[in-house]
Amino acid sequence: MASRRDFLKRALAGSAAVAGAATCTDASARGNAQISPDAVGLLFDSTLCIGCKACVAACKDANGLPLDYATPIEAAWDVPVDTTAKTFNVIKAYVDGSGMHKDQVQDGYAFMKSSCLHCVDPSCVSACPVSAMTKDPVTGIVGYDPDACIGCRYCVAACPFGIPKYDYDSPTGKIGKCELCRHRLPEGKYAACAEVCPTGATLFGKVSELKAEAKRRLALTPGAETTWPRGNLTTGDQPSWNGPAPVYVQHIYGEKEVGGTQMLKLAAVPFDKLGHRPLPERSFSSQSETLQHTLYGGLVLPLAVLGAMTWVAKRNVKHDDEGGDHD
Amino acid sequence: MTKHAHAAPAPVGGRLLSPVTFVLGVLILAALAILAVRFVYGLGTVTNLNDGYPWGIWVVADVVIGSAFACGGFSVAMLVYIFNKGEYHPLVRPALLASLFGYTLAGVGVLFDLGRWWNFWHILAPGYASPNSVMFEVAACISLYIVVMWIEFSPTFFEKWGMKDARRKVNKAMFFFIALGTVLPMMHQSSLGSLLVVFGTQIHPLWQSIVLPLIFLISAITMGYAVVLFESCLAAAGYRRTIEMHLLTPLSKIMLGMLGVFLAVRFGDLIVRGALGYAFEGSVQAAMFWLETACFVAPFVLLRAQAARRNPARLFVAGALLMLGGVLLRINAFLVGYDTGEGWSYFPSVPEMLVTFGMFAIEILAYIVITRRFPVLPREDAVHGAH
Repeated sequence: MASRRDFLKRALAGSAAVAGAATCTDASARGNAQISPDAVGLLFDSTLCIGCKACVAACKDANGLPLDYATPIEAAWDVPVDTTAKTFNVIKAYVDGSGMHKDQVQDGYAFMKSSCLHCVDPSCVSACPVSAMTKDPVTGIVGYDPDACIGCRYCVAACPFGIPKYDYDSPTGKIGKCELCRHRLPEGKYAACAEVCPTGATLFGKVSELKAEAKRRLALTPGAETTWPRGNLTTGDQPSWNGPAPVYVQHIYGEKEVGGTQMLKLAAVPFDKLGHRPLPERSFSSQSETLQHTLYGGLVLPLAVLGAMTWVAKRNVKHDDEGGDHD
Repeated sequence: MTKHAHAAPAPVGGRLLSPVTFVLGVLILAALAILAVRFVYGLGTVTNLNDGYPWGIWVVADVVIGSAFACGGFSVAMLVYIFNKGEYHPLVRPALLASLFGYTLAGVGVLFDLGRWWNFWHILAPGYASPNSVMFEVAACISLYIVVMWIEFSPTFFEKWGMKDARRKVNKAMFFFIALGTVLPMMHQSSLGSLLVVFGTQIHPLWQSIVLPLIFLISAITMGYAVVLFESCLAAAGYRRTIEMHLLTPLSKIMLGMLGVFLAVRFGDLIVRGALGYAFEGSVQAAMFWLETACFVAPFVLLRAQAARRNPARLFVAGALLMLGGVLLRINAFLVGYDTGEGWSYFPSVPEMLVTFGMFAIEILAYIVITRRFPVLPREDAVHGAH
């Protein structure tokens, strides 16, 4: 009995010391990452979307992606129902009852864009062990480098929006996700989905300006005539149009979710009905990294434990050698 | 400090080909054939993985559970060398052997699951490796631990091949490798739990917690002792040897002590987070939670009497149930409690399961071959029968 109690006592003392050391290193705690002042993104307004899917086709074209279909019969058409490794952007529909009225919860329908939200503090970047997922320090675009990727799919599992996807049908499968047409930015172009959107439902621009535009819309009196910009909000490259304001849900999705995203969304139907679960404001990556850096910051804690273990083991192994003719 | 004169380890001897090793060989060949298909045609042809469940049993069973099963070496080494319980010394080598193959295969098994496996070295290469990633920590620690374990086990080979000089040199530095061999598993077994923290609200509140690293670590140490009970009973039955009850009975008490600590931390965390209420909902998750908890509580019931702890059958069942509890904790946390959105489901395909069986078959076959041919288990004729 005495020996077991002794063992447990030591075990508990050991874990208490470790826990104590862990809570003392508050310096490694970090909050949510801050957005870059030059960050670019998208504003998607569900009330303006007419479900034409021009953005889906333009995305495929701009990114050189093949057709996506579930059965061979569909093979002549590009009919993705969700984002995949070959489809970075889809428009999903909410339908209830007769589905007669746009932007109505009962007997209504609404559209929602599904593509990467370019989190300010992305889980996929925090999860990636090989820096294949990166966040551009200036534009804030979350990019992917297949040449660095090991295909572990930790990003696929970690993303709270289910965005990065892997190609399981290929022996050399890659992760696929929207990179906000970052390859087109040096050419003076911007995200293809926003460029082709006929109504301005998908709008490209600086996140700070998109946020101001979103707030302006939420403050509109329903029915009041207003101006709807199209294309690139920052450069104003496309003519705007005039129309009445809808009845918005008073929430900018992406303003605060998991520390904010660079894609902002407005809708007239509650977001949880549009496939957007409520999420906390603290980013998951900041929690994970705070935990890791508390335990492993400067390798202080592991080295301290190793030192203690080496000291104890050296004492005991010696005794052991004396005790018998083997180690 | 009492001195412990133990029987020196010796090869068990005997024939290598038996119905058991034959079946193991067939399982291994089947797994290799399936893996060939996987590498030529991709993960989708042999697995049921999908973007809602990008991690299946090749990650959860082969790596997360496989490495926890392989904690016997770590748990017993800590007992003998850190807590100075020299009397358990005869258990070190067999436990270390099982750990060695458990971990080596977990390391190799990762490659089967990696979609872009030819880049695997990036995970430890400066310029690619990302210290912010929990998976980086797991990979670095497991890789290093595999090397450390081979060094810890090397005297067995040196003895067999009569390399006395090498054995003496390794033994001189052994205390450091033993220390490293306790710290590294603490780091990665806890990190295997930390992997889930970044998943956030996608993990059910019964399993998502900031103390996951502690829960995974303590459960792994406890499972380490359970594996030793399980293995010792099995080895004794398989080789018709005397069961080392004089060691296993007190070891089972230590296991129950650690299990008590585990349950206190597990339920303390659920209560502090206010998550225990989810256990009383009518959900699959709640049912699986109670199944997991039952497996962890059962050893207390089975082994509560001193007489029960002297009963090999009870020790075996208690050890097996505790291992099952650890398996369920990991499956629940990684798969049952994981929800990335509506419309996704996952259950492993038959080929997927066959690969996992093949992996465990390699471990068992290696254990049989090495204990029969190398000095691992204590010499049988010297085992005293008075207990």
